[in-house]
Formats: sequence, C-alpha cells, structure tokens
Amino acid sequence: MSAPSIPVIRQTAGAGAARSAARRRKTGVGSERRPRWLTYTLLSLAILVSAYPLYFAVQLASSTSAEIAQNPIPKLLPSGELFTNLKRVLEADIDLWQAILNSIIVSTATAVSVVMFATLAGYSFAKLRFRGRRQLLVFVIATMAVPTQLGVVPLFIVMRELDLVGSLWAVILPGMVTAFGVFWMTQYLDAALPYELIEAARVDGASMIRTFWNVALPAARPAAAMLGLFTFIASWTNFFWPSIVLGTKNPTLPVALQLLQAGFFKDIALIMAGVVISVIPLIALFIVAGRQLVAGIMQGAVKG
Amino acid sequence: MSTQIPTRPGRARGAAATAPSAPPRRIGFRQTLGRWDVKISPYLYISPFFIVFAITGLFPLLYTGFVSVHEWDLLGGQGDFVGLENFTTVLDQAFFWKALRNTISIFLLSSVPQVLMALMLAALLHANLRARTFWRMGVLLPYVVAPVAVTLVFSKMFADDSGMINAILGQVGMDPIAWHSDPFWSHVAIASMVNFRWTGYNTLIFLAAMQAIPQDLYEAAVIDGASRIRQFFSVTIPMVRPTIIFVVITSTIGGLQIYDEPRMFDNFGQGGNDRQWLTVTLYLYELGWRNTNLGRAAAVAWLLFLVIVIFAIGNYLITRRIAAEPTLRTTRGAKRVAGRSAR
Repeated sequence: MSAPSIPVIRQTAGAGAARSAARRRKTGVGSERRPRWLTYTLLSLAILVSAYPLYFAVQLASSTSAEIAQNPIPKLLPSGELFTNLKRVLEADIDLWQAILNSIIVSTATAVSVVMFATLAGYSFAKLRFRGRRQLLVFVIATMAVPTQLGVVPLFIVMRELDLVGSLWAVILPGMVTAFGVFWMTQYLDAALPYELIEAARVDGASMIRTFWNVALPAARPAAAMLGLFTFIASWTNFFWPSIVLGTKNPTLPVALQLLQAGFFKDIALIMAGVVISVIPLIALFIVAGRQLVAGIMQGAVKG
Repeated sequence: MSTQIPTRPGRARGAAATAPSAPPRRIGFRQTLGRWDVKISPYLYISPFFIVFAITGLFPLLYTGFVSVHEWDLLGGQGDFVGLENFTTVLDQAFFWKALRNTISIFLLSSVPQVLMALMLAALLHANLRARTFWRMGVLLPYVVAPVAVTLVFSKMFADDSGMINAILGQVGMDPIAWHSDPFWSHVAIASMVNFRWTGYNTLIFLAAMQAIPQDLYEAAVIDGASRIRQFFSVTIPMVRPTIIFVVITSTIGGLQIYDEPRMFDNFGQGGNDRQWLTVTLYLYELGWRNTNLGRAAAVAWLLFLVIVIFAIGNYLITRRIAAEPTLRTTRGAKRVAGRSAR
C-alpha cells in the first residue's frame, strides 16, 4: 500500500553494494542492512513516551484518591480499584452512557456523510467533464486552508435561529462535508478509476447515478474507508464547537469529560476513569485499523 | 455533446462514432432525459459540498464581519451598528494582547520542537526495520486520544504540588517547577500536550516524503563520500522541503487556534489566575459566551484570522529559506568535490 522504502546505499562500494543489491533483489524490500540497536532503542523510547500517558490514566483510574494524594508517582502495576472507579463514573451525575451514545451517533453520521458526499464530488471532479470544473476544484482546495472554526459566532446564531442549540444536529450539520475529503477522493479516483470502466457502464445504458453507484463507488472503497476513519476520529475528539453548542444537557464525550473535570475536580480517580472510558473505543479502533491510518497519512502526504 | 460524456479526451470521438452503429434506440423523452442526466449530474454531485460549505463555512465567516461591527448580545441579539468600536475596544484590552502573546509563545514551543522531533523520528523509521508497521503504529497512537483527554492526563502529571513530573525532579535533586503558575512553564506544559498528540502524525508525513526520494541521490552522495549525517542534511532535508512547508503551514493554521488544551489545563478554564495561559480562541469564547458579547467575540475572530494569515505567509517564507539552505551547501560541496577530482 505504501510506497516501497527507498534504500540508503551502503557506505562501502563495490562488493558491499553488489551484496546489498542481491539482498534487495531477494527480499524485495529494497534496503541496506538492518539498523543497529541504537535505532531500536530510540524508537522504543519514542513509543514509551507515546503510550505512557495512557497507562498513567489507567494507573490513576485504578487507585483511590487517597493513594493518588500520597504518591505523586503511581505504582507501576495498577491497583485494584479500576472497576470500582469505572462503575462510579458511569453512575455519576453526568450521564456518560448518553455521552458515549452521542459520540457514536455524531461520529458515525459525520463519517458516513463526509464519505458519501466526498466520493460523489470527487468522482465528478476526477472523471466527469463539465464547465467550470477546474475553477471549482481550485476553490475547494483553497477552502482547505480557511480556518472555519473562526465562524463560530454566526454559526451559533444560525443554530439558534434553527432552534438546534443543544441538539446533535448542530454538531453533525457543519461536519457533513469537508474540503479535504473532496480533494482526497478526487485525487484517488483520478488515479484509481479507469475511464474504460465508466465507458463500459455507459455503453451498457447505465444512468449517471447508476454508473457512480456500480462502478465508481466500488473503486473508491479503499480511499473511502480511510477517509471515513479519519473523519470518525476527528469528530470523536472534537471539543470546541460541541462544547459551545451542545451545553451540559446533551454532551458528547469530550464535553462530558470537561463537565466531569468541573464537577469532580477533587476526585482525580473518577476523572481518570472517565478518561479511560472515553479513550477505549478509539484505542479499539486503532488496534483494528491502525494499519490503515498509517497508510492513509503516508499516502495523503505523498499527494498533498 | 460528446465532450460531456465522461470519457478520456482521446476517446471521446471514438465513443461518439460507435454510438450510431449501435442498434437503433427509441428517440424522444428518454434520450432527452439522458442528455440532461449527463449535463446536470456533475453539478448535482458536487453540489452537496458547496451547499453545506456555503451555509456552515463561508457564510459564517463572512457574517462574522457583519456581527463584528454591531452591538450583539448572546441573548438579546443584534443591537446598534457601532462601526469599528468592537475592534478598538478589543485592541485596548490588555487581555487581548496577553492572549496573543501566549498563543504565539505556545505555538512556537509546540511547532518548532515538533517538526524537529518528527524529522528525526522519520529518519529513524526510514530504515529497514523489523516489524516496521508496529513502530509506525506506535508513534501514531497518541493521535487517537482526544486533546481533552490528553490535557486531563497531562495537567495531572504537570501538577505543581502533587504532580509526577515534579516528584521525579525532586528525586533527582532538582527544584519543583511551577508548571501552572509560571507563564513560561505553563506554555511549555501546554505545548508538550500538542507535541504529544501531533509529533507521530507529522513523523509519518515526513516518512512518506523521505521514501519518495530517488535512490540515486543517495548513491551520488555516497560516491561523494557523504556520511550518514551529511546525507540527512544535504539530501533528505532539501528533498522533503515541500513537505516541511506543508506541515508548518497546517500546524500554523491549527496551532494559532489552540483552545482545548488551555481550556482544560485547570478546573476553571479561564487561562489561569493571572491569565498566564489565556489564548486568543479562549478569549473569544470568554467574550462571547461568558460575557455574552458576541460582537466583540466576532471582532476577535477576525483579528485572529488576520494573525493566522500573517503567520502562514511568514512561516512559508521562513521555512522556504531555512529548508533551502542545505541545497546551496550541497551544490557548493559538489563543486568542491568536482574541483578536487579534476585536479
């Protein structure tokens, strides 16, 4: 999926080069000798740094508040209070179950709609010919750089006019399309969908939408899956706009965490249990689809 | 019409030519319908993006300008036209300038080390590693953690009195650091949260760019006797320059709008006792939703927009400069080598 790694040629020319070339031919992974322990040590350190804060949350979530107050450095192995604390936070005044459900609804709806509309638009931009196509595409790309977050004030006014303040729709609607998604699908379909397939479908008498549905959509599936993943994560972790428009009655998970912090700031164990709960779904997603995320970032970078 | 059929340019004529030889079809309504289908569908397919963007992106951005020149209360709604008064008032506030300084400070503390660390990590990953997917996934892990969750964890680690980091500092005999009360250190703490979440992401972007570097450049460098480190600075860095610019620009746009981390860094969410980590977006929220003055909040939004544009352009020029330097050095080096071998 990712581009083949580019080998860095060995320092020794001649025999060494020939040997490494032979190895390259054999293994297919074009590269020099395996890196030494130093590389692995540094990388292990990096992974430790990126994983430890999550473990820290688990450590605190499985302690009592008294223990946390006594030892600033938590014990290496989690102590036994984890499930007690999880239970406590799920039964707290702030309805975490509702927040989880809301987050699932918002993230899923956003991801599905972004993928759907971006694929439609991307197909149109990549494969159909119409007047103004180039200009419109340039416009889409330009909007990627616009900090739309700065439109919160009027967006809030609009949502109140529509009587949507406090409703999940207020979060879903602005997230339904992204310029990045359109750009991403345009790039992908441009490269991945041969004109012959579209022609064949058209010659067989398929309507435009039928051609899209039966030809373009299947071809777009790998890129659509990645786009869906990234949109889901972005939506799940989004805080600024939901915190403004949803308020305390109908929060998503990040908003609920903020409410937990405000309401139970003395009970660190409880807050950390909330953190653990909010993180678990995405960690699960990461374990299942992390490979796709890595590939997605790397492909997007090559093109973007 | 043939140009509107979705075909490759070269094929268009061929497709049109084969059409008449196909078995005769019913002419009339269906064909007209088909023609409309071909003409309108492209616009229909892109319209959802433009409609939703117009309503939720473009309109609010422009309407921000309208709100910013009015008195506008969160509950009372639109008031009198006041011209630029909201802007002048905001620019007179010490908090605004403080917020701007804090934002820039946090931005610098997060973006510069982040790009450097990401480049180094990418160079490490850009090797023939065993289990390379594992390492790549490993550095990406923080990306799936919401900033709010990251901040709750980090603000506990960075707690002034009972934090883990100060406890560790104490064990190695150092004085505790005032991670919350000292302005500079609070910026460092907040920047570390941003770095935690985004370094791995940018690492993978750089890694992809490094893998796209043609191999012969490294071969040439080796023949010229360049060491590993020299290769990194003289080949890798100049070749990933466009990507560095891309990453710096995107992190500028995102970084200057920072909100989640400073909001959650303490229980009150007002940027600290002395507003030592108040950021511009946090200030915008405070004006609009705590002081219910949407007009002033809109003015802040416009000012921040201006700051972002200035910084994006400035960063573009700077990164282009910095990243371009090694190229010059390479050419000079190459010339030197060429001169030596000629002798």
